[in-house]
Amino acid sequence: MNEVNEQIAIDHGLKKDEYKKICDLLKRTPNITELGIFSAMWNEHCSYKSSRKHLKKLHTKGDQVIQGPGENAGVVDIEDDDAIVFKIESHNHPSFIEPYQGAATGVGGIMRDVFTMGARPIANLNSIHFGSPDHEKTRNLLRGVVKGIGGYGNCIGVPTIAGQTCFDESYNGNILVNAMTLGLVNKNKIFYSKAAGINKPVIYVGSKTGRDGIHGASMASAIFDDKIEEKKPTVQVGDPFTEKLLLEACLELMAGKSIISIQDMGAAGLTSSSIEMASKGDLGIEIDLTKVPCREENMTPYEIMLSESQERMLIVLEAGKEDEAKKIFDKWNLDFAVIGKTTNSKNIELFFKNEKVAEIPIDFLAENAPIYDRKWIKAELPKENNFSKDQFKSLKLSDCLNKMLTDPNIADKEWIWSQYDHTVMGDTIQKPGGNAGVVRVHGTNKAVAAAVDSSATYCHAHPLTGGKQVVCESWRNMISVGAKPIAITNCLNFGNPEKEKNMGEFVECVEGITEASKYLNYPVVSGNVSFYNETKDKGIKPTPSIGGIGLLSNYKEMMTMELKNEGNYLLVIGKTEGHLDQSVFARNILSEFNGPPPEINLFNEKQNGMSVLNLINKNLIETCHDVSLGGILTAISKMGIKSGRGVKLFPLEGLVNKFEYFFGEDQGRYIVEIKPENLENVENLLKKESIHFDKLGLVEGNKIILENDLKLSIDDIKEGYKNWIKEYMFN
Amino acid sequence: MKSSVIIFPGSNCDRDMDVALKKFGFENQMVWHNDVEIPKSDLIVLPGGFSYGDYLRCGSIAGKSRIIKSVINFANSGGLVLGICNGFQILTETGLLPGILQQNKYLNFICKNVFVKIKNKENKYFKNIKKEVLELHIAHNEGNYFCSNDELKSIEDNGQIAVTYCDDKGNDDENNNPNGAIKNIAGIFNKNKNILGMMPHPERMIDPFLSGEDGSLFFENLIGSM
Repeated sequence: MNEVNEQIAIDHGLKKDEYKKICDLLKRTPNITELGIFSAMWNEHCSYKSSRKHLKKLHTKGDQVIQGPGENAGVVDIEDDDAIVFKIESHNHPSFIEPYQGAATGVGGIMRDVFTMGARPIANLNSIHFGSPDHEKTRNLLRGVVKGIGGYGNCIGVPTIAGQTCFDESYNGNILVNAMTLGLVNKNKIFYSKAAGINKPVIYVGSKTGRDGIHGASMASAIFDDKIEEKKPTVQVGDPFTEKLLLEACLELMAGKSIISIQDMGAAGLTSSSIEMASKGDLGIEIDLTKVPCREENMTPYEIMLSESQERMLIVLEAGKEDEAKKIFDKWNLDFAVIGKTTNSKNIELFFKNEKVAEIPIDFLAENAPIYDRKWIKAELPKENNFSKDQFKSLKLSDCLNKMLTDPNIADKEWIWSQYDHTVMGDTIQKPGGNAGVVRVHGTNKAVAAAVDSSATYCHAHPLTGGKQVVCESWRNMISVGAKPIAITNCLNFGNPEKEKNMGEFVECVEGITEASKYLNYPVVSGNVSFYNETKDKGIKPTPSIGGIGLLSNYKEMMTMELKNEGNYLLVIGKTEGHLDQSVFARNILSEFNGPPPEINLFNEKQNGMSVLNLINKNLIETCHDVSLGGILTAISKMGIKSGRGVKLFPLEGLVNKFEYFFGEDQGRYIVEIKPENLENVENLLKKESIHFDKLGLVEGNKIILENDLKLSIDDIKEGYKNWIKEYMFN
Repeated sequence: MKSSVIIFPGSNCDRDMDVALKKFGFENQMVWHNDVEIPKSDLIVLPGGFSYGDYLRCGSIAGKSRIIKSVINFANSGGLVLGICNGFQILTETGLLPGILQQNKYLNFICKNVFVKIKNKENKYFKNIKKEVLELHIAHNEGNYFCSNDELKSIEDNGQIAVTYCDDKGNDDENNNPNGAIKNIAGIFNKNKNILGMMPHPERMIDPFLSGEDGSLFFENLIGSM
């Protein structure tokens, strides 16, 4: 019954030639356990076989980088021996099938990646993308995902400090759930996954192994069809309580000196964790599967190796330290089992009931995994729209603004983030809903800012520009809170890489990310790739999510976006050309979906950002907010709504089209609030550096006013902005 | 003054509480749930979190834990016992406080700032606080306080209602009820007022850079009145 043949291999998601390669390498037919192991290691999710060639191009170096991609998470230096461990990861496929558990285990998985390295998680973030609000599944998926993220993060007691929620019909059949975690570690006490030394005990800790999630990684490497409901059993079930115990127990063990290497059992469970540790250490590994703590009866070696049960870790210990380690796990009521040892055979050898049930050279699974140089096509830059005067004739600024503020992609998301505990740990100094979340580095004057961004619309219109734009937007978010941008993590969500167009989107987005991160010295230190976000031939828009972090050396100097004082000036720094193509305004008001995204000028981006940061450091700015979706007027409105203060806009000069000026999505811009007594100084500093700026208006009263054109009370616009999501969820 | 914070598996506000107590002058120690004895203390705190995962019913397993007998003895002998959030749930599970905490009315976890009105100042917890209304912070899924009519009458008659949800002016009506709690109850005492259970987290409001500073008033008064 366990006879392996080509059809069974294909059922495991392997291609015909991949199966042939396995038989050639082994010089025999694999048994079913071995086939399962190959399929888990060679699928897209674990092997990065379509993306690896291009990921090598990413900019991953910098003085601040302690650990780049290739470990459980990236690590950056934040001075005084402190380091931040962080990473973003996708859990898209399971979340569409079972939103609560899919999202919950996504959060659990990324937190394990971070504390595996010895860091205590200090902040969670997420980027979630759903189909059109009108789509029948969207409401329930949104509700389930938010509950799942909250259910896990709240229980562990790590604050969720920022996030992003987008709606677009391209996600109707494939939602995106990307979770990010930041952890704090002493830079001299970081733990890695590379095993070293032979005859060292291999330890299994955490939850017991069950039949949940078998082949989860393979599912994440497949497209969806009509039978996705049948895949429900491949979604793992999360237990945040056990994770909390595992977190505390691991950190307690890590305080000592007994761990050689440690790796969480994530995608492809025991298979990938054991093979990665051995592969990195150039060793072999021997495991007795009879010793693995199992939750269900009569589990087979195949099931034990491929289970994706959550909250489990694999540790290689110094020999003789087993008792000391076991005591800690006993205290936390967690399973602890010595299940094998490292060897010099360079093979993975599995035993079950005293019988050898698998033996594969580690090389075959790791280095010899297939790598594809997939065909791709370059995207053309779409032609610009020539909007005619007639298109704007009947429009009123006030109607447009109200419509913009209730656009699902702009409207307030408090209903979402108020379901996440964002204040536990007592160091959250900027909550969700601002430019970035900010947490203090406990017990110091430092703080770390973090944000997640994506802009699938831009990436879809022109992947190269879109890739650059996301990195720049993340950079701007850091600057806007007064943080020095440090590094990023990327979650690359794309369609089917076997299609040339989708592969092209991937290649060019990566190119864009690389160019921008190199120019801005904002390196990529971790991330993951999620391909096959496709249902019945319809793929998602290319969606790289960028999670950025920045450092504030004095948290008391943090910026927020609330307007501060009557009579202060508002300036927009950066040039406004009035680019409407691909803007929310073009789509929502003009119903125009074509055209190029706003251009990215990296030189200006850097100049503008550094100038703003400089002004912040000189204490010349009271408030800062970057201009993104919806342009200047949307940005000002949000600043007004947050503070209950109004703005009197100065009349526009010259022949500028006011709609283009106020709703255009030109890049590299910031709105800043300045005290009258600092205005001259600021203007001189900006002029000296040849930074373009416009004087926008004054903080005044409780209305947004542009003479003869616009007069809206903050309370009125607030209502629409705040209520959209509640009305959507409850009607 | 000596305080003890009990750590249950799944507690997650234990560190925050430790930081707050020490900031306001308590000599605080952490006590493990599996211990039997609590070191000499003037105050015992049951912190927030998800003790034992809250899988059976919030606080129920912690209410039967090994350390809890000592907490009950300490409370019954007049010692000060403060339960915040999950700690409040545990106190109702042990029977030290009447009533129960149900799931929030709108079935969602709520994390936000709220105002609470101090209903009784004749106790060590609120005695010298000058304000009538405090801005505190809640973060819970099961904070909807409920009790029988008889119990309600009894806690009202005995002045056991400690704080109620309200607006910034102190209106504690249904419009200012975040979770459906009966009579807007956010916290209650036992009859002797030495035990306080409340859903809001004063320990998250002890610094102008956090959500607010009214938690400081709570701790300053507490150590001052002991």
